[in-house]
Amino acid sequence: MTQQEGYADDVVKGFIIWSLLWGFVAVLLGVVISLQLAWPQLNLPPYLSYGRLRPIHTNAGIFGWGIGSFMAFFIYITQRLTKTRLWSPGLARVQLWLFNVVIALAAVTLLLGMNRSKEYAELEWPVALLVVVLWVIFAVNIVMTIVKRREEQMYISLWYVLATLIGVAVLYLVNNAGIPVSLTKSYSAYAGANDANVQWWYGHNAVAMVLTTPPLALFYYFLPKSTGVPIYSHRMGVIAFWSLIFMYLWTGAHHLLWTPVPDWVQTLAMAFSVMLIAPSWAAVFNGYFSMNGQWHQMRENYQAKFLIFGITFYGLQTLQGPSQAIRTFSAFIHYTDWVPGHVHMGTLGWVSLVIFAAIYYTLPRLYRTEIYSVPLANLHFWLAVAGQLIFSISMWIAGVQQATMLNAANPDGSLHYSFIETLIELYPYWYARAFGGIIYFVSLIVFIYNIAKTINGGKAQALAQKA
Amino acid sequence: MLEKKPIIFLLLATVTILIGTVVTMVAPFWWINDPKLAIASVKPYTPLQLEGRDIYIREGCNNCHTQTVRPLLSDTERYGEYSKSGEFAYDQPFLWGSRRTGPDLARIGGKYPDAWHVKHMKDPQSMVPRSNMPRYDFLQRPLDTSLTERKMKTLKFPYTQDQIAQLSGKTEMDAMVAYLQKLGNDIPWRKAARAEVVGELKNPYQDNMAVLPEAKALYQQNCAQCHGKELKGDVGPALSDLDKPDADVFTTVYGGTQAGMPAFGDTLGKERIWKLVTFLKSHQKR
Repeated sequence: MTQQEGYADDVVKGFIIWSLLWGFVAVLLGVVISLQLAWPQLNLPPYLSYGRLRPIHTNAGIFGWGIGSFMAFFIYITQRLTKTRLWSPGLARVQLWLFNVVIALAAVTLLLGMNRSKEYAELEWPVALLVVVLWVIFAVNIVMTIVKRREEQMYISLWYVLATLIGVAVLYLVNNAGIPVSLTKSYSAYAGANDANVQWWYGHNAVAMVLTTPPLALFYYFLPKSTGVPIYSHRMGVIAFWSLIFMYLWTGAHHLLWTPVPDWVQTLAMAFSVMLIAPSWAAVFNGYFSMNGQWHQMRENYQAKFLIFGITFYGLQTLQGPSQAIRTFSAFIHYTDWVPGHVHMGTLGWVSLVIFAAIYYTLPRLYRTEIYSVPLANLHFWLAVAGQLIFSISMWIAGVQQATMLNAANPDGSLHYSFIETLIELYPYWYARAFGGIIYFVSLIVFIYNIAKTINGGKAQALAQKA
Repeated sequence: MLEKKPIIFLLLATVTILIGTVVTMVAPFWWINDPKLAIASVKPYTPLQLEGRDIYIREGCNNCHTQTVRPLLSDTERYGEYSKSGEFAYDQPFLWGSRRTGPDLARIGGKYPDAWHVKHMKDPQSMVPRSNMPRYDFLQRPLDTSLTERKMKTLKFPYTQDQIAQLSGKTEMDAMVAYLQKLGNDIPWRKAARAEVVGELKNPYQDNMAVLPEAKALYQQNCAQCHGKELKGDVGPALSDLDKPDADVFTTVYGGTQAGMPAFGDTLGKERIWKLVTFLKSHQKR
């Protein structure tokens, strides 16, 4: 066990545990709303209806589970890569409190219907302001730690950390600009097609700055740590980093193909989305090539399974995404279930698998113990992958089937199916999706059980040593 | 060397992020605000419509319904004229959505009569069997109008005190229906589409009893919600004794009416509408 004295790690433990709780809420709500889509009588309006619960699901997932974990691991990684204690552990404790207050407030206000309607930027302005304060506290602490570092060279992970800090700040401030009417109601500062273009510049780059750069920071740190192999190519990492953060910001309008947003904006978004395959796959290959001669670890090291499957889903995601960003294919599958299938491969596959690996690696070290059960970790892995694949694959088929039906025409040029006729065909896929979600939920319970047992074991050992 | 200077690194990363941002997010403000794209007939929301829109936002309707018709055949045939930038000039926020679990609503205004919407919101499955839309019968509660004037002022929408006074006694349902009926109706696309029945209006299935089973099923799926399972009428008039020539019945079903009957020409097509006409006429008392 390496010596951990000197690093501010209590707050890392706090963030890991709280983000796990919010992740649990996110997946539980995901299961609930998937059941509501299949059985509408499960909606209990006004509060427990799909329209109000879905934003809580996405916010708990992206901000509670995603950002919460990334705050934990940015603090963990930054201290170790700079060989420096966190600039202000006190500020980090404030940050943990504020984080939980913000996420809880978000859940309550969304349940009450206080909602700006812009996806992943739903929170009304007082809560959004608290998010800004939270982010500033976090960013200052990390940047100051890096500035005061005792290791001159900044490793790749730290570049992604810095890009995340600045990227999220810019995106959030611009898209949340609004005109308040009261404490609980505001209107967007932009109108119509402008508002749409700002929203999806934000929406797609939330994918970049929350669901891509932070897990990449984790991947580049934990793959070598867990497997003992160095990253294959530093130079490929440099090129991939700069081209990724350059190109991503051009692609938002691929969410708006065929809408009244100017054509040239859509075309640029389409072109840059296809170009993004290169930096995305540079990271994938960096992961794969690092494993050269080490592939047997997939059998022996359960963390390697999480990391390599994670980066594989990232690779698939970054091929599927650009293909959807092409006008002709978008015309076919946009607005269908294909898209939730795509999104959940990224969130349940790529992002969550990497976070799971990071927790498996760090938590036993933080509590100076071993993981409670490796077989349970393996069970967690297989359930998670199976649940996610059932979810995504059933949604892809559903999307293609509905798209085909929506486009079917009669010889006289009229449409062959009414909208409701295409919807009825989706029920079996919605049952399958709910089933996949439940399996994923079970995998999460297995994971939480294993983690709780590990923490308890660690605490018991510490007590025994004292005695 | 860059990897040893965090502040310079941070600045360079910011510049890198801002290039694409300026070109694809900031610059389009000039294109979208082009006066050529403005549409004079597009009007701001009235107080009642705006309250309805805020309920639409509160309930998260945009999670399942989009509000943009794309210039693609399957969209324009199903929903109507494709959406124009100028139609959204007063939409703060925009409500285009990202997933059509339910149908697009950009052209819903004027498609159905108010009574259809009320019945459908209260119990969607009674109008569209096997729909997965939740029930919104709780919207029949009084509308909270305490912020209405401030909202209109915030958005700089014109209003009269008369309009504000008329809000008293309104329910949330009234506001929601008023909003839905405005959607997509500011440009006169529906009238233009209605004039479009072409070809000879002669029923190819006249007195052809073989098509009745199929036609009856079509009726139950598309017409019974408003005209009743037994053709006795409900939201729409009774059809049990239609005393009109086949061609007139066809024109009504194909193109809809000003009184609120939706057009079925695009969704059902001529063949199936003629079959429906045959079915309806078979009930005429002779």
